[in-house]
Amino acid sequence: RQDVLVLTPWLAPIVWEGTFSRDILNAQYLQKNLVTGVVTFAVEKYWFFIDGFMRSANKYFLAGHQVNFYLFTDSPEKISHLQMAPENHLFVIPVQNCSRWQDISRSRMDIISSYIQSQFQYEVDYLYSLDIDVQLLAHIGVEIIDALVATISSWEVTPRHEGKAYETRPESQAAIPEGRGDFHYTASFYGGSVSEVLRLTRACSEGLREDRESGVETRRHHESHLNKYLLQHKPTRLLSPEYYWDTEL
Amino acid sequence: RRQDVLTVTPWLAPIVWEGTFDPEILDSAYRPLNLTIGVTAFAVGKYTRFVRRFLESAEQHFMRGYQVNYYIFTDSPQSIPQVQLRPGRRLVTVPIQKYSSWQEISMRRMEAINQHVAQVSHREVQYLFCLDIDMVFHNPWGPETLGDTVAAIHPGYFQVPREQFPYERRSSSAAFIPEGEGDFYYGGAVFGGLVKKVYEFTKTCHMTILADKANGIMAAWQEESHLNRHFLSHKPSKLLSPEYIWEDKKPKPPEIRLIRFSTVNKNYKEVRN
Repeated sequence: RQDVLVLTPWLAPIVWEGTFSRDILNAQYLQKNLVTGVVTFAVEKYWFFIDGFMRSANKYFLAGHQVNFYLFTDSPEKISHLQMAPENHLFVIPVQNCSRWQDISRSRMDIISSYIQSQFQYEVDYLYSLDIDVQLLAHIGVEIIDALVATISSWEVTPRHEGKAYETRPESQAAIPEGRGDFHYTASFYGGSVSEVLRLTRACSEGLREDRESGVETRRHHESHLNKYLLQHKPTRLLSPEYYWDTEL
Repeated sequence: RRQDVLTVTPWLAPIVWEGTFDPEILDSAYRPLNLTIGVTAFAVGKYTRFVRRFLESAEQHFMRGYQVNYYIFTDSPQSIPQVQLRPGRRLVTVPIQKYSSWQEISMRRMEAINQHVAQVSHREVQYLFCLDIDMVFHNPWGPETLGDTVAAIHPGYFQVPREQFPYERRSSSAAFIPEGEGDFYYGGAVFGGLVKKVYEFTKTCHMTILADKANGIMAAWQEESHLNRHFLSHKPSKLLSPEYIWEDKKPKPPEIRLIRFSTVNKNYKEVRN
């Protein structure tokens, strides 16, 4: 690929179709006997997306490898029977409903970090957080597996995006001054090794907590904190916007 | 960015060329980690004459601002010059046995490095580079080179089709690579990585070298052949472009914007005796 940037200035590869051989990567992944987990949330009306998400993820997410899906939901009873691929497992974890959707997104970081410590670190090597309101349309494979992985927001490639969605108010813990920032990352798909994801979710939780205490509400909530963290802790691999395209644009 | 060369391998390992990275971003990520980088180099027999230039140029260009331990493996510790080093940098002489032929000396390097890591350097450094001594640094070599397992693309073969790579082609050798296989031809003069990884692959290479010895065969390019065999099945996590492993005799093509580490011109017959 010569039409796109395939390497960041800190030498992290940017994954685009055509830059990698899935066969070679599969062989490497199998050599190491790894297990990957996916964490996703379906609260309030979002239970509606569970079926579509699970069907497509089951088919396209690391197909052929063991994947543990950790589905946090406040309406476990609404989940219809889902046919899982033989190598995959689904864990439904009930959570409490939050009054405001901003609080739901805030507590996600808390939930993920606490479950990593109490459970996930013993069950998976790599963990990815995906928004439930997505459908996978094509294979997402082991090219995503690396220590700290973020997805470039499709904001980056659409022509008009003058106001980047960074939080710029200095009172917020997520503040990134004008002109700084490498890429804008979406909070809808990020992950990495269990230890790196723990560090990330803890840092974002902390930032969100401090903002809440000072009464600051960031523009894009936990995504702003994610971007701040990734500015200071560079991802080891980036996924191109092919991996998460926000069709609202 | 560079569009004239390949900068990422099919297994998503970066290939480090001038213009692909920002040294400041990398420095700000690595400096706070308080790392010590190790360098091994073998100065056996007449090769001790290369030590001074190697060390002096390394002090100028290699990992400036980082702590460095130079481990010079030699059969004549008294011939190693006491070169003035910057703060945070140490020279350690490691005595080794002199073997009968230069090929034998070359092949025993894997074993010597592996043993030294197990006994000493695993406690002292986080990353280790194994370099040839008969070479000189001309330009910066910094944290862009750090990675889990690091190999360098041989300058003689980076623009050559894989059928022409001088892999070991005899199937009786443990370093055998059949026609049609192979990603790159890596040079034996530069390799490295996390100290734990270097321990692992030097052990593997030493084993395959011994297997060949037991079968009465010596690979075409000694341990370089074994290194290439290993890196075919266990792909490096980072590749260094030939900027990091150049041969002075070669004319510089446009893809090579900067020569960082290069051979010293010498009379092979004379030094190998």
